[in-house]
Amino acid sequence: MSPVARNRLIALGALLVAGAGLGFVAFGNIGENLVYYWSPSEMLGQGDKAYSATIRLGGVVEAGSIQWNAEHTTLQFRVADDVKEGAPSVLVRATETPPQMFRDKIGVVVEGTYDKSGVFSSNRLMVNHSNEYRAPKEGEDPRQWQETLSDATAMGAK
Amino acid sequence: MNGTVGYGLVLGGLAFATFGALVGLVSGLRRSDAGFPWVLRAVWGFAACMVGSNLVMVHALVTHDFSVRYVAQVGSRATPLVYTIVSLWSALEGSILFWGLIMGGYIAVFAYIHRREHARYMQLALGTMLAVGVFFAFLIAGPANPWGAVSPVPADGPGPNPLLQNHILMVIHPPMLYLGYVGMTVPFGVAVAGLLRGEIGEAWMAPLRRWTLVAWLFLSIGIILGAWWAYAVLGWGGYWAWDPVENASFLPWLTATAFMHSTMVQERKRMLKLWTLSLALASFVLTILGTFMTRSGIFNSVHSFTQSDIGPTFLVFLGFLLVLCVGLLAVRGPLLVPEGQLASPLSREASILVNNLVFVAITFTVLLGTLYPLISEAVRGVRVSVGEPYFNKMAVPGGIAVLFLMGVGPVLPWGKPDPATLRRQFIIPSVVGLVVTAACFAVGLRGVYPLMTFGLAGFVTVITVRELLAPVRVRMSERKEGFVAALTTSALKAQRRFGGYVVHLGIVLIIVAVAASSAYVKHTSGTLKKGQVIELGGYQMKYLGLVSGEEPHRTYVAARIEVTSPGGKVSELKPRLNYYERSTDPIGTPGVRETPAEDLYVSLMAFSEQAGTASINIWVFPLVGWIWWSIPLLVLGTLIALWPRRKTAVAMAGAPTVGASPLTGGDAERGAA
Repeated sequence: MSPVARNRLIALGALLVAGAGLGFVAFGNIGENLVYYWSPSEMLGQGDKAYSATIRLGGVVEAGSIQWNAEHTTLQFRVADDVKEGAPSVLVRATETPPQMFRDKIGVVVEGTYDKSGVFSSNRLMVNHSNEYRAPKEGEDPRQWQETLSDATAMGAK
Repeated sequence: MNGTVGYGLVLGGLAFATFGALVGLVSGLRRSDAGFPWVLRAVWGFAACMVGSNLVMVHALVTHDFSVRYVAQVGSRATPLVYTIVSLWSALEGSILFWGLIMGGYIAVFAYIHRREHARYMQLALGTMLAVGVFFAFLIAGPANPWGAVSPVPADGPGPNPLLQNHILMVIHPPMLYLGYVGMTVPFGVAVAGLLRGEIGEAWMAPLRRWTLVAWLFLSIGIILGAWWAYAVLGWGGYWAWDPVENASFLPWLTATAFMHSTMVQERKRMLKLWTLSLALASFVLTILGTFMTRSGIFNSVHSFTQSDIGPTFLVFLGFLLVLCVGLLAVRGPLLVPEGQLASPLSREASILVNNLVFVAITFTVLLGTLYPLISEAVRGVRVSVGEPYFNKMAVPGGIAVLFLMGVGPVLPWGKPDPATLRRQFIIPSVVGLVVTAACFAVGLRGVYPLMTFGLAGFVTVITVRELLAPVRVRMSERKEGFVAALTTSALKAQRRFGGYVVHLGIVLIIVAVAASSAYVKHTSGTLKKGQVIELGGYQMKYLGLVSGEEPHRTYVAARIEVTSPGGKVSELKPRLNYYERSTDPIGTPGVRETPAEDLYVSLMAFSEQAGTASINIWVFPLVGWIWWSIPLLVLGTLIALWPRRKTAVAMAGAPTVGASPLTGGDAERGAA
């Protein structure tokens, strides 16, 4: 075997080993850092598997379930599969301020973990921005907030 | 009317591209020059049609011609003029049309600059580029047609996505990114032409390098501006989230960067030819993959405009490209024999080889993490995403390795090194690196990775500045030139080397900024009553109350926050929530107090007029601004490297004698070093 060919063989071998190592590390790392996308019913159907995973739970905020304490920044609400009454839902606890759009029946995604006591601890709360724009529905006045605000501004003016 | 003319122009472009691609490829493969004038005409025709079609669309947008589907989709009489023009690329169909414009422009400029060069290469290269043009013209004409008629014609439209009209950066970021993406078509055409011919002469490598560099610069600017936009607009307190679409732009950047380095080995040592070409092809394929990921709606992300039916078309094109590239490399690759050999593991070429392996490894891991959710859903039906920790764990060591190589590479000589000289050259930079690390530790900074990064940054900066100034010092002492004159001449004598080092300084700036802003970020949040104060990182923030206001296309609510900096300076920030008429969701704009050392970043989460409270999120990001302020360095370095030299231009025009040009350039560089 010529030295050139031998060098190439060695280089190729080294590359293969390095590539395999990289692949191994990468796949292992991915496995540890997977985030599962589940709806409440899907998550409840996972059994024990749901307890150790990082989960992005997507659903809607159950009507009348929001409890928000601004003083201690604790937020508690239920995420349900859909807006129908009696849809499967999960209790969520968060320690952050809900965004302005947060309200009953709005689509949310919470990221966090689920524990055996049946509480989902969220460390990230996202309101589903509707990707597509739509005109305001009937009965919904987009200027509504503004009226309430002019009062606020009046109060704020010195 | 607009619709008919615009669509007609698209069809015209499709016809020109198809004709030019066929003539160019057939004539080029038959080794005849006869088709070249026709290919050139097809290029002008294609470019003219694309420019025309885009102008018609802008006209339709500005005159609010809602009979055109795209205008009805994104136009609105209330939108300010600049955002009306910008809405050309604010949704899928328009952005593909705009893509066509840039593609036409690139191909035309390339054809014009190189029109006097080897006709056979040019036919193949232009034919390949026009073939890509066929694909995009087909997309505009079919699956992503913006020109459809709307009936009945609406009186007004919804206006562009509020996220896109929220900040002026949205006017510059997408064009830059598109210029980067589409720009990779040119080196792709050049590389395919070389592979089809089965040889890549030195004269053909120069345009390959230069055009990749052009695309690389735009891509870099596009990525950084995108990060800046995410930071300044989205208000979630960050600039990079390893979102699939961010990754999509990062992947071709990695391979293009690797390409730019391996091309030096190819030039000096006549090695890595096949590898270099593979990187050029990969960069292009990755831009198409990126476009597919961005535009097909396959990922749920801020960027994916909407579910669309262009996905399958893109997949077919991607598959075709992969087969073509692998096939070409397999069939033609053996013709590109290396003429040199690796002389020493401590040579410049070895360091570049390692650099390439690191870049490819990062590309692989990012690609894997990006595509994994798709594979998982397709194969196992499980919807998952890969969390940020994966990317950080993989990319941070990679970034540190790149930083290290940026320091080591320039010191190592081509060929065989002299150990004693090497040792001497490494002493000062290493000492500086250690001192920087120690100093950072002494002021209380902790963490292995950030401290390593800062130390290495010092090491690299010393080496880079020394390499930049060494020839200048020689000139000043030997020829008694002034500093400015010596600097200019030495930069001109070794443009690419000089420019490359300036770019390296910019990259060091970015890496340091990323390390500092992610490792030492401070965060808090709170719901404040009027007059209440919240503290973070020495800043005191007092909530003064809400204000609201009106702008032509939106109304807003802002929280007045009085900031007292650690130095005692008082200023006011007004983070706000913007309300667009046609959108029910408010879009935030954070208030940012920028200083070179750190940014104070306040975003308004929610407010309540009854309670008089505002909920705010606050971050302090050290050094984060350095990321965006690296852009001038990247531009300067690239311009130095690309600045046309008369000697090169002449040499390139006279085809066979070309070998002389890089050689003399090389001598000058060696002399300067």
